[in-house]
Amino acid sequence: MSAANRARPGRSLILLLLVLVSTILWTYWPGASHEARLGLDLRGGTQVILTPELAPGTEGVLTQDQINQTVEIIRQRVNGFGVAEAEVTVQGSGANAAIVVTVPGVNPEGITNLLKQTARLDFRAVLAAGSGIEIANPSPSPSATPAPQPSELPVQAATSEELYDQYLSLNCLTPGLLQGGRADDPTKYMLTCSKDGFEKLVLAPAFITGDQVSDSQATLPQQGAGGWMVTLDFDSQGATKLSEASINLSKLPSPQNRFGIVLDGLVVSAPFFSEPILGGKAQIEGSFKAEEAKQLAQVLRYGALPVTLNIAESTSISPTLGQDQLSAGLLAGAIGLALVAIYLLIYYRALGFVAVFSLVLAAGFLWLLIIGLGRSIGFTLTLAGIAGAIVAIGITADSFVVYFERIRDEIRDGKTLRVATELGWTRARRTLLAADFVSLLAAIVLYALSVGSVRGFAFTLGLTTLIDVLVAFWFTHPLVTYFGKSKWADNGGILTGVSRKRLTAGSTILTGSDK
Amino acid sequence: MKFNEVGNRLYTGETSVDFVGKRKLWYVISLIIIAVAAFGLFGRGLNLGIEFEGGAKFNVPSTVSVEDARNIVKAAGVQTSVIIAVGNERLEIQIPPLEQTEIESFTSKIAADFKVDPASITTQSVGPSWGADITRQALIGLGVFILLVILFLTVYFELRMAAAAIVALLHDLLITIGVYAITGFEVTPATVIGILTILGYSLYDTVVVFDKVKENTRGIIAQSRLNYRESANLALNQTLIRSINTSIVALLPVAAILIVGVGILQAGTLKDLALALFVGIAAGTYSSIFIATPFLVQLKERQPDIQALSRRVHARRVNAGTDGPEAMKISGDAGLANQVLPAGPRTQPKRFTRSKRKKS
Repeated sequence: MSAANRARPGRSLILLLLVLVSTILWTYWPGASHEARLGLDLRGGTQVILTPELAPGTEGVLTQDQINQTVEIIRQRVNGFGVAEAEVTVQGSGANAAIVVTVPGVNPEGITNLLKQTARLDFRAVLAAGSGIEIANPSPSPSATPAPQPSELPVQAATSEELYDQYLSLNCLTPGLLQGGRADDPTKYMLTCSKDGFEKLVLAPAFITGDQVSDSQATLPQQGAGGWMVTLDFDSQGATKLSEASINLSKLPSPQNRFGIVLDGLVVSAPFFSEPILGGKAQIEGSFKAEEAKQLAQVLRYGALPVTLNIAESTSISPTLGQDQLSAGLLAGAIGLALVAIYLLIYYRALGFVAVFSLVLAAGFLWLLIIGLGRSIGFTLTLAGIAGAIVAIGITADSFVVYFERIRDEIRDGKTLRVATELGWTRARRTLLAADFVSLLAAIVLYALSVGSVRGFAFTLGLTTLIDVLVAFWFTHPLVTYFGKSKWADNGGILTGVSRKRLTAGSTILTGSDK
Repeated sequence: MKFNEVGNRLYTGETSVDFVGKRKLWYVISLIIIAVAAFGLFGRGLNLGIEFEGGAKFNVPSTVSVEDARNIVKAAGVQTSVIIAVGNERLEIQIPPLEQTEIESFTSKIAADFKVDPASITTQSVGPSWGADITRQALIGLGVFILLVILFLTVYFELRMAAAAIVALLHDLLITIGVYAITGFEVTPATVIGILTILGYSLYDTVVVFDKVKENTRGIIAQSRLNYRESANLALNQTLIRSINTSIVALLPVAAILIVGVGILQAGTLKDLALALFVGIAAGTYSSIFIATPFLVQLKERQPDIQALSRRVHARRVNAGTDGPEAMKISGDAGLANQVLPAGPRTQPKRFTRSKRKKS
């Protein structure tokens, strides 16, 4: 038995109060969101789970690098789609990685096609380039109606002439235009924008495809001048094509000496050839910042092994059903808490009050953490999570039952109430820690190895287990210690729940009288 | 006798249920249940939801009859469907896997026929391989968890206790899965969550009981008044009230989920989860008392030192001419500290051991 624990229940309570106050401050920090982040099943919306896979015909294994790049591409698509509050997250890693896309609204038109499209990386010669906004037609013919602005990018055609009118009217900053994810045929001409929307370009068919890039790195040149640059290595086929293209293009005036690096239908970079490049090694120089150079290199490496996305699961839930599920979940929680509270009060009387206070405190902590973690690490509350929390009511209350039964055992053994509360705690503490450790283990394993709703559940379960330990050690135990010291409880009235008379009744061995 | 009096008498051993001695009876009961479960599992199989098999599910807010709904679905070009009325206001339609674009056109077609807003239809579509992935992940998770738990319990208790706890755990899992097979309730990811929770709960229960067994049997080798079997059985009886209470307290919130899930939502996550939990927690309580500890005693009694102890205890009783354990009469100085009772003599030996002695 720890002497400190026995002597200073007040210290634990003060510690707990500090933790509680700082949690409240952290959760309700001014300016931040004070609402719990609700999952799809509680607020409605559409969720698509995609499993990435190497495109057919390519060999190798999916690297984390590529998954990250794929997520970047999808993020660009979803953001370009023009929906607010869209989210793209990765669960799991390597061969088990799943990309979870959540958008509001029920089955937004075309969302799944947009997500499924395999992103291509190609190198295309630039035919025309200009500022990303609409350019007035230099020679308007009176009869011709102005070409409509394309509604999707890229626009592709068999000849570059077909694209010219649309090139003029194109405004790259039109919302929803920069999403990528459309069909991309490397053998056709293409009209598209740079990824940031500041430039529009007409591009020739691809002269190098992404799979001909064998490596790319962001480096800082030895001489130190000129800042970051990106090196490129090509395979033999790519090297031949690169030397041909660079010989031809480097002679032309700007912008025809440039080539566009096109990822997912948008131009990520359009450098120019300063000289013919022979030997299959190139470098792109420019005023890159370290981050930009690394991103470009990652894009270029991605091209070698394009990723196909399979739609593993898509779920769409109407906001009304979401609202119904939320209220049902909360109602179930309230009923569960009430039932447990009633049982504890009837069975343990005054001790039951301590338990009910502890449960309410644990529930409060959980609520604060759900809001706070929603903001800081993006934890979302799902129906499965609510169910996990409700189940945890029982498991938390179980710790109190274990503790209280131990106290009663000690009283049966003839200990005074004060000694019984401490001895009972020492014995119950070990059991609690062991049992909670098993629960925590289950939560961690489930969280690490599962995807989807199981994860949300596991997280809540783990969180409540930790709260259980915190509340039992710093709240329930000190309170019971005070209870044990009180004269009223020591008198062993029938309402105390530790009445010696009741705890020895019916036994010929246990004696109620001796203390 | 009042409930609290039973609790008191169980604690002293005045009232005692011979859980360990009657283990064959419990094993037979469990084997019968498991056999029925296995029969259901291999006979009928599990009714796996679309999340595992692949397929599409639609939840339509409509009061149209199931028969009419089937016609609407057929008119939309899908021949095979399962349609369930969920309460009075919703229909659940399950169909085989469709391409994603087909899902969108199917939804708008049936929305028009049901005369509802397409946005009010909840849809879920799952590719067939994804379900296999989820199942595989869950099984890997289960395997890793069991290994870690064996490790932890071996360190915290001992290897034999870990083995007994795992046997009890598998027992609970089999029964829960069997109930699903026999009743034909749909297995969804929520069911899997429920079953995985049972892992934690079943072990929690067993840990609580084993902790008491461990406490009661600490230093047991150094004395010769009680053998392992009696000591473990006393621990079971002493924790019986606690086990009952923790189970009731754990079942109450689950009951709340079940009430709301069945009564208000009538389908979905809450119902699926609560059902698995309800069965699992009940099985978990049963197994921690009737299976885990008796099995542990069986394992322990193969240990030479425990066998020697039993012989010593027997010899001592024969010499003393007593015919039962005398634990309650003596003040324990052999580490059985918490059984030390300050009270008066017991003249009557306990009935259960006498009958047992006749048998052996």
